[in-house]
Amino acid sequence: MSYIVTTQTRASSVSAIAGILLILMLIALPFFAGRGTIQDMFFILTMLTLAQFWNLLAGYGGLVSIGQQAFVGAGAYALFALVILGGFDPVLAVALAGFAALAIAVPTAFFAFRLNGAYFAIGTWVIAEVVRLIASQWKSLGGGTGTSLPRDATRDMWFVEMIEETLGVRSAAARDILAYWIALVLALVTIGGIYWLLRTRRGLALAAVRDNIEAAKSVGVDAGRMKWMVFLTSAFGTGVAGALIYLQKARISPDAAFSVTDWTAYVIFIVVIGGIGTMEGPIIGVLVFFALQSLLADFGSWYLMTLGVLAISIMLVAPRGLWGLVSERTSLQLFPIQRRLRGGRLTTSEDQ
Amino acid sequence: MIWVDTIIQGILLGGLYALFAAGLSLVFGIMRLVNLAHGDLIVMGAYLILLLVTLLGLPPFLAAVVAMPLMFCIGWCLQKFLLNRTLGDDILPPLLVTFGLSVALQNALLEGFSADSQRLPTDVLTTASIQAGPISLGVMPLLTFASAVLVIVGLNQLFYRTELGRAFRATSDDATTASLMGIKTANIFATATGIALVIVTVAALYLGLRANFDPNIGPARLIYAFEAVIIGGLGSLWGTLAGGIIIGVAQTLGAAINPEWQILSGHIAFLLVLLVRPRGLFPRAHD
Repeated sequence: MSYIVTTQTRASSVSAIAGILLILMLIALPFFAGRGTIQDMFFILTMLTLAQFWNLLAGYGGLVSIGQQAFVGAGAYALFALVILGGFDPVLAVALAGFAALAIAVPTAFFAFRLNGAYFAIGTWVIAEVVRLIASQWKSLGGGTGTSLPRDATRDMWFVEMIEETLGVRSAAARDILAYWIALVLALVTIGGIYWLLRTRRGLALAAVRDNIEAAKSVGVDAGRMKWMVFLTSAFGTGVAGALIYLQKARISPDAAFSVTDWTAYVIFIVVIGGIGTMEGPIIGVLVFFALQSLLADFGSWYLMTLGVLAISIMLVAPRGLWGLVSERTSLQLFPIQRRLRGGRLTTSEDQ
Repeated sequence: MIWVDTIIQGILLGGLYALFAAGLSLVFGIMRLVNLAHGDLIVMGAYLILLLVTLLGLPPFLAAVVAMPLMFCIGWCLQKFLLNRTLGDDILPPLLVTFGLSVALQNALLEGFSADSQRLPTDVLTTASIQAGPISLGVMPLLTFASAVLVIVGLNQLFYRTELGRAFRATSDDATTASLMGIKTANIFATATGIALVIVTVAALYLGLRANFDPNIGPARLIYAFEAVIIGGLGSLWGTLAGGIIIGVAQTLGAAINPEWQILSGHIAFLLVLLVRPRGLFPRAHD
């Protein structure tokens, strides 16, 4: 009898079917949901994308960055530059914006990889500050006060007219729906892509580097290359997400686009609350985050204080987050990456 | 001559950054903990001094002296009951807990004191200056720099001349062996953070006397402090002063060329040092 190495579990098969149903429902959402729901879902999906990339970086790659706002801002500024100065279509510009983030990420990695651990964290933060200060010198994009996307560029955006006619909505709502669909595609590609990556040999190498860098090196894993790969991948994805967020906002300023609170603190809290180092964690985290935000939005700074305290408590009491609590008790894995040996006759030393 | 003046102002500004950084450097040196809430603790110290000044009518310097034991207790408890639980091989818990603390503290201050910028009451001292030849030196920057040097001399004395300092050094070198020799590392760590917060109080005093502050400026102070520590080399206190001076001089030189470049040139100086000397200017043998 032959052995099979598999990552599939019964729960993962069930969740895959449920996942496909959920995705079909999310695609169809604009046909029956109002504009407010679409905007909320857009927010959830873009934050989920940012969280998945930060989780890839910190949870799987062991690179705790506090400078992800550099890539959100770089992507957003690239979008505005391509549309306003280059005359590109915004939808195309969103896709290209990832390359701008990549262009920032290469020198960032060059500097930041000289630092370890906590110093890496603040190092990336310093570089994000440098990028912000340089962006606020960019006079043709409004300097320190920022600028808006020109109205005709967003009105004539690809697909908008089609959505207007098909769904019978106004132009502004059609733009939101378009942004929502792009965000949905981005989130699905992100989750699918990261899941695929983790199941490949590279994913195994990545987990090995995270768990014990010396041991990983000794079995021939190129740890430096893994770090670069993870860092550049998350920079690219974060840049695209940043451009998309600012396509929907249609107004940019350096302080907002490079905000450490909005694009890194929130994202870290989402991942930590949900469960760092798991695919499910950011999904749970973003839902908790959205619920808390809806509940506490009127309380201003109390809201952020609660988030901070919640993140501290979770880190101390349940370092694997809410999903960790669930999977410890039920050993449930919706995105299993653990390889299991199945089939054959298993003999243990007790049997002999 | 204007350049000499600019550089001297920069050196004196470096004293302030060294004060921001000394506490960070101390805590890192002993327990390899980077406290991301350091900047917000400085701002909290400034508000505590302000509170003592307005409630009790104390002059700022006396208020800072009163605040010191309070801040020591806050630091001691913070380390003993919160941060000690995050120490270990994994770098994630201390980073994420202190980051959460930073955000929570910032917003608690925002809730308690509003976003309005504040300033400690100033007297003749703050505006007075000394004429040294063609250059006029502000008394306040001179006092700041002198305090930074004093703090660093004091810390070095504490490290190399006292029993507590010996315990600090032993714990820093090897916490496990130190605990076998009867040192309670948890208490040593708590005391170190307590002392770090006493230094934070000194930094907070000058922060509040020299410029306006509001609850949101903490993270920027953390970044300056961190840059000074890295430039100086991890764990070297005099290196931290040198690092502060480099950031200060870079900032004043940048500002002299274009006021918008002040902060940027500080960061760029930091990145340049990192490029040439990744371990800082005066690294210890191991870190």
